[in-house]
Amino acid sequence: MLEIKNLHVKLEEEEKQILKGVDLTVEAGKVHAIMGPNGSGKSTLSYVLSGRDGYEVTDGSATLDGEDLLEMEPEERAAAGVFLAFQYPVEIPGVGNMTFLRTAVNAQRKARGEDELSAADFLKEVRAKAKSLKIDADMLKRPVNVGFSGGEKKRNEILQMAMLEPKMCILDETDSGLDVDAMKLVAEGVNALRDEGRGFLVITHYQRLLDHIKPDVVHIMADGKIVKTGGPDLALEVENNGYADILAEVN
Amino acid sequence: MALPEVKQTATEARLANLVMPDAGCTRAAREDALARVLEMGLPGRRDEYWKYTRPDTLVSAEAPTAALFHSDEAMLFSEFDRLKIVFVDGVFSPEESDDLELEGVTIDRIEDICCKDIHWAKELYGVLEARGQTPVQRPLAALNTAFAADGIAIHVTGKPSKPISFIYRHASETSDAMLHHIIRVESGAEVTILENGPAASRFNKCMEIDIADEGVLHHVRAQGRDHERRAATHMFTRLGKESVYKSFTLTVNGVLTRNEQVIELTGDDAVAHVAGACVGDGDFHHDDTVFVTHDAVNCESRQVFKKVLRNGATGVFQGKILVKEGAQKTDGYQISQSLLLDDDSQFLAKPELEIYADDVACSHGSTSGAIDETALFYLRSRGVPTKDATNMLTLAFLAEAVDEIEDEALAEAIVSRLEGWLSRHS
Repeated sequence: MLEIKNLHVKLEEEEKQILKGVDLTVEAGKVHAIMGPNGSGKSTLSYVLSGRDGYEVTDGSATLDGEDLLEMEPEERAAAGVFLAFQYPVEIPGVGNMTFLRTAVNAQRKARGEDELSAADFLKEVRAKAKSLKIDADMLKRPVNVGFSGGEKKRNEILQMAMLEPKMCILDETDSGLDVDAMKLVAEGVNALRDEGRGFLVITHYQRLLDHIKPDVVHIMADGKIVKTGGPDLALEVENNGYADILAEVN
Repeated sequence: MALPEVKQTATEARLANLVMPDAGCTRAAREDALARVLEMGLPGRRDEYWKYTRPDTLVSAEAPTAALFHSDEAMLFSEFDRLKIVFVDGVFSPEESDDLELEGVTIDRIEDICCKDIHWAKELYGVLEARGQTPVQRPLAALNTAFAADGIAIHVTGKPSKPISFIYRHASETSDAMLHHIIRVESGAEVTILENGPAASRFNKCMEIDIADEGVLHHVRAQGRDHERRAATHMFTRLGKESVYKSFTLTVNGVLTRNEQVIELTGDDAVAHVAGACVGDGDFHHDDTVFVTHDAVNCESRQVFKKVLRNGATGVFQGKILVKEGAQKTDGYQISQSLLLDDDSQFLAKPELEIYADDVACSHGSTSGAIDETALFYLRSRGVPTKDATNMLTLAFLAEAVDEIEDEALAEAIVSRLEGWLSRHS
């Protein structure tokens, strides 16, 4: 599904190479986790895949079901099925959460040549999905993420993911700033979306999220590269021993 | 003191083209106003109060021509139940207007107030304008008092069931119109005033509003798409105890618009909110000039002005809060912001506070900036195309000003006009 080959990325504004040859394939139906120390390039990878400005791809490729992602605008990537759950969801004063969701859902449907969802159908669906994430009517009415707690923001990300039903979900440190209960709720939301047609790339510092979202494959990223790949046990190894041992072993 | 020669010449040239209406009992007020004009002279480029807006075409002897605006779209407020008062090139049109009968209000043409001996009107015409000439001169308003050819006097004694709606129509490319309305809201009475439509090639409008204790006046105005018009408007409002004045103006397009609001809070616990949202493109020039005087205890004033500017458009905001000695517990708020959609547009702001009381809370803020790139990316990453995302964020930026409109249906009508403008201009 998602295929990344030899991806090299630098910052647009300065000569700083961040990704130095990332190779990664996420198959449909699988959950891949990327762990790694601060500054290893994890978040950059998520931004480059979703099309954020400020990065320059100097080599390599990234495709989704064979389509070149790097040539697409962010909205085209979204319509093609890429979804990034932000580490820091953005507050947008003046735009109602519901309006935002509906605009996004219908924009993607339109881009794919599908009919727009009627107001009634949309409302029904969003209410049901919001309920399972314990998002109340008030949160849906408020401006996007404005005045939301850390946990509410992350649940709102998962609600967007549930409504947009992407093929490839990228979660950038979705566990950051969450207490255990909030993390469980978010993880349940993610697990509810796991299915054979959908791939996940879960970026995290800590193993604890992976207790709740069980990965099929775990990658360790360091200094802009995937340095080690293994099963769920690899995450436990990091949890117990930190990154130092693994990095020493690789080098 | 003698006027500078340039100003003297310009003022004389303008006055030479004007004839004072033969208006019976307003005659004295008009003569006084003319004396004020002669003393002050009309605004010139060097006047501090006109530093950011060139008054040349507003004071020139002849009005510049302006193309008529045509659209198949129904006029704003068409779907609202309202009492319509129509002016064509600044002249009242009885044929196009509704009967001026509505429970809770008495409506007359200014020229009729003399024969009907309407005392309140005689005591208001030109009075608030004259008061508003200090500490800052507003010669175009005095010119209006002296020469306005038409206008309406509204006496609000109850709570009329529907808004009173001024509709302006532009019929001649060379029309040079002056209108002067006066409104007296009696104690406990409440009214909504609407204004919209292209008025004339050059439009000088003055409105004097006197709100008695516990009176309420809502005002929603739209200045439309007749891009070539030039307009200078003044609203002078005096508020009594526990009275409320809320005014909102939408401005889309226009090569030159200057809207002045002069507000005096003279009774305790009064509330005055003035807001404006404007969107302009290219040679658009829009100026909001506001002067709020707190002269009573525990009053609240809000100024919320938002401007969206693109392709070299210019926005101006001059806003002042003056808190007089003894006006304790004043709550004054002022915000003026612009969203610059490119590097060619500019926003010129002069926020001022002048406070002579020691127990007050006043704040002001002014910003100009571009679209928030992070928010834009967030929306795009959810599949919203750039253009739609930009428009969403632009509307969101304007929302704080539009939210000042209390009536939801009116606010929605304004938002739909903004959406229309954005979809045509992006």
